[in-house]
Amino acid sequence: MKRFASLYDALDASTSTRAKVEAMRAYFALTPPEDAAWAVYVLAGGKLRQAAPSRLLRETGARVAGLPDWLVDECYEAVGDLAETLALILPPPEADDDAPLHRWVDRLGALRAAAAGDKPALLESAWRALDARSRFLFNKLITGGLRVGVSRLLVTRALSSVAGVPAETIAQRLIGYLASDPARAGMSGTRYEALIAPPGEGERGLQPYPFFLAHPLQQAPAEALGDADDWLAEWKWDGIRGQLVRRADEAALWSRGEELVSERFPELMEAALTLPEGCVLDGEVLAWQDGAPLPFARLQTRITRKTVSRRLIDSVPVVFMAYDLLELDGQDLRPQPQWARRQKLEALLTASAHPRLLSSPLISGDWLALAGQRAQSRDRGVEGLMLKRRDAAYGVGRVKSDARGQWWKWKVDPWTVDAVLLYAQRGHGRRAGLYSDYTFAVWSVAADGSRTLVPFAKAYSGLTDAEMRAVDAFIKANTIERFGPVCSVRPELVFELGFEGLQASPRHKSGIAVRFPRMLRWRQDKPAAEADTLEALKALLSPEGSIPNG
Amino acid sequence: MRTDLITLRPEGLYCAAGDFHIDPWRPVARAVITHAHADHARTGHGAYLASREGERVLRARLGDIALQTLDYGERLRIGDATVSLHPAGHVLGSAQVRVEVEGEVWVASGDYKLEADGTCSAFEPVRAHTFISESTFGLPVYRWRPQAELLAELNRWWAANADAGRSSVVFAYAFGKAQRILAGLETRIGPVVCHGAVEAMNRAYRDSGVALPATRAVSEGLDADLLRRALVIAPPSAQGSPWMKRFGDYADCFASGWMQVRGARRRRAVDRGLVMSDHADWPALMRAIGETGAQRVIVTHGQVAPMVRWLNEQGLEAGAFRTEFGDERDDADTEVRDGALAPDTPDGPPA
Repeated sequence: MKRFASLYDALDASTSTRAKVEAMRAYFALTPPEDAAWAVYVLAGGKLRQAAPSRLLRETGARVAGLPDWLVDECYEAVGDLAETLALILPPPEADDDAPLHRWVDRLGALRAAAAGDKPALLESAWRALDARSRFLFNKLITGGLRVGVSRLLVTRALSSVAGVPAETIAQRLIGYLASDPARAGMSGTRYEALIAPPGEGERGLQPYPFFLAHPLQQAPAEALGDADDWLAEWKWDGIRGQLVRRADEAALWSRGEELVSERFPELMEAALTLPEGCVLDGEVLAWQDGAPLPFARLQTRITRKTVSRRLIDSVPVVFMAYDLLELDGQDLRPQPQWARRQKLEALLTASAHPRLLSSPLISGDWLALAGQRAQSRDRGVEGLMLKRRDAAYGVGRVKSDARGQWWKWKVDPWTVDAVLLYAQRGHGRRAGLYSDYTFAVWSVAADGSRTLVPFAKAYSGLTDAEMRAVDAFIKANTIERFGPVCSVRPELVFELGFEGLQASPRHKSGIAVRFPRMLRWRQDKPAAEADTLEALKALLSPEGSIPNG
Repeated sequence: MRTDLITLRPEGLYCAAGDFHIDPWRPVARAVITHAHADHARTGHGAYLASREGERVLRARLGDIALQTLDYGERLRIGDATVSLHPAGHVLGSAQVRVEVEGEVWVASGDYKLEADGTCSAFEPVRAHTFISESTFGLPVYRWRPQAELLAELNRWWAANADAGRSSVVFAYAFGKAQRILAGLETRIGPVVCHGAVEAMNRAYRDSGVALPATRAVSEGLDADLLRRALVIAPPSAQGSPWMKRFGDYADCFASGWMQVRGARRRRAVDRGLVMSDHADWPALMRAIGETGAQRVIVTHGQVAPMVRWLNEQGLEAGAFRTEFGDERDDADTEVRDGALAPDTPDGPPA
């Protein structure tokens, strides 16, 4: 465990990508496969089932540390991470255990399997044996996640360099590696060795390809992208990005988190089976009715549960809106140019002619015409346009340097509102201890002209670190009242919030719900009295009670 | 019931019996100063009283002031109060203020730490009926390792960097922390370079008779080979500033009690967090409070609410003063927010 703890420290301490990859490479080169198997899994973001409930962990930790629960809660507020809080307050260890990582994962399994009444004693004996760093990791693994600021891409690179296997091969295998729950499928040195083995023939299974991700377009396309003729334009759909994989009598639907979501969309599985074997579509799952998308909130009702009822399937019909073809007749098409993949996609879907498998239409025209189309986005229920270079291959992840090969999302400008900061809550992880999660309010004007602030949205992204520190300092100096982790703040700071959609919502005090709210800028020039009103926001609602997601 | 010897006024802590303030944040006629950090020692007061040990540093910070000094333990009658100063172990010259009126004793701690660090007089417990305590690190998650271990770790890090041909930059508060680190360096590893803000305080320390190793300034034009073996001490405000460019591909470290928590470490974005504080950790706060024998404790700046609740649960009578010392921010650990010494404060509140 200590070797892994050292790796964790090195990864946690460094801000350099190169240093992180190098630290992992060095670790994997020296680590036995049965430990490496687990290290890959947790570093790349694989989850372990929670071995003990957080409440039990906190209570046991408080008892062992000899502190009242409320004080442990206060500590947790300051630290922002339960695993770390406990590691910091526990008394010094009595032994100096250095059993290998996989042995400790076994102990986690035993903890998970133990009867609730036996768990405290198991926890205590583990804590007694581990030093502070290993304790922290052990606690992290109990609660399921590691989050060390290493992307799957970096793990892929490190493994590729250790094993001398192409990163693409590792990336593809890693998807399956992470998708199967180790509690069920088991974990072993053999699995790790298979992960880094030289590429073999026909080992694809139902695995998807790594998703190619788009960048937001910040400039006018004519300046950033050159000639419009070099680009293919499509609508940017507001659904769930997915790959529909059809191979060897089976089909699978993967979401962008590379999570298998087949079970939630049985009708798409049926549709996929009508496709020829050996093909992979990239596209968007959309809630769809009468030839147009339904608001994202409707689609959400399909993904919140693991199995879906017939009634739900009928009330929220879905389609797969395909815009790329990554594999055909078992051949990887990704190196082919966009236009060629596009042509094959259209031919394939025309032939299959299934009503749930649609091809996202191309939108033609020069930049001016496209800008005109983009302006219609809200009416069509889309987020804007996607721009893809005609002759570019399908990349991996979010490619940074080469602007030519990128996909661009040219979204419509968000709706904006100037709102007042009313409540704040401390963040977690990198923002631990900082007031970083905010609740915003707008003015509600009563019939007699009196004005009150009504909270309507929460947002926690969009500020720079420096701005957030300044806001944090303001909050600490201007707290009115504390309610546990939340505090009310003197209503003085105004922020411009952006959001993508607005719906009437009887569940909210304000009567409205906004989609994707985030801070666009801090309006230091504006006093709270000049923030927007609820009435102005409500005026944006269409007569049916919703505006399309933009 | 007797009236409280020390009360909270808009200008700061006030002793009516002696008609003076302790570390006031607004201009007053007579100020007793616990130590020379900017949030405790401000300009604009009529007359100052402080420890003799801290005279040079206080003058270095505040310039020409009407200053009377006392040796530690020396008693001075002010009005109806008897005042004496006792070592607080926080920085050079730091003092706890003991106030006695008709047999009742109150002690105001200012900032303090219990571990002796070798660059200032070590903390001495003072018996009191009422103790006014800081609470900067008043949560059980804050527990420090002994200074000797921390310095050994720092020297190892420096040596490893020097061998790899990279300079080692330590961000530390210019007054107190910087000198404490300086005094613990293994100077045979390489040269020690100090930022101007740090060097100004080094001078005040040396003038006060504290032995510090030789330091160099970047203006001396050190050659590049030597610079790659150097340890550089700079104030936190230098992080990310153009001043740092001359050190090329350096390793950096931030020395502060706040580095105990991973989130704070990650926000600082340095290679290493050295958990070294000039404030008492949780066990030390509790020990200090216990050793005063005080039945009543008034908690100031830091983790006020949990400290008050905890002390009450321990059977003490605990309350709070809302002061303008420090604050809960990252850089509150003996922060220098002095215009002259820390030219830019990226972490400052909105202007």
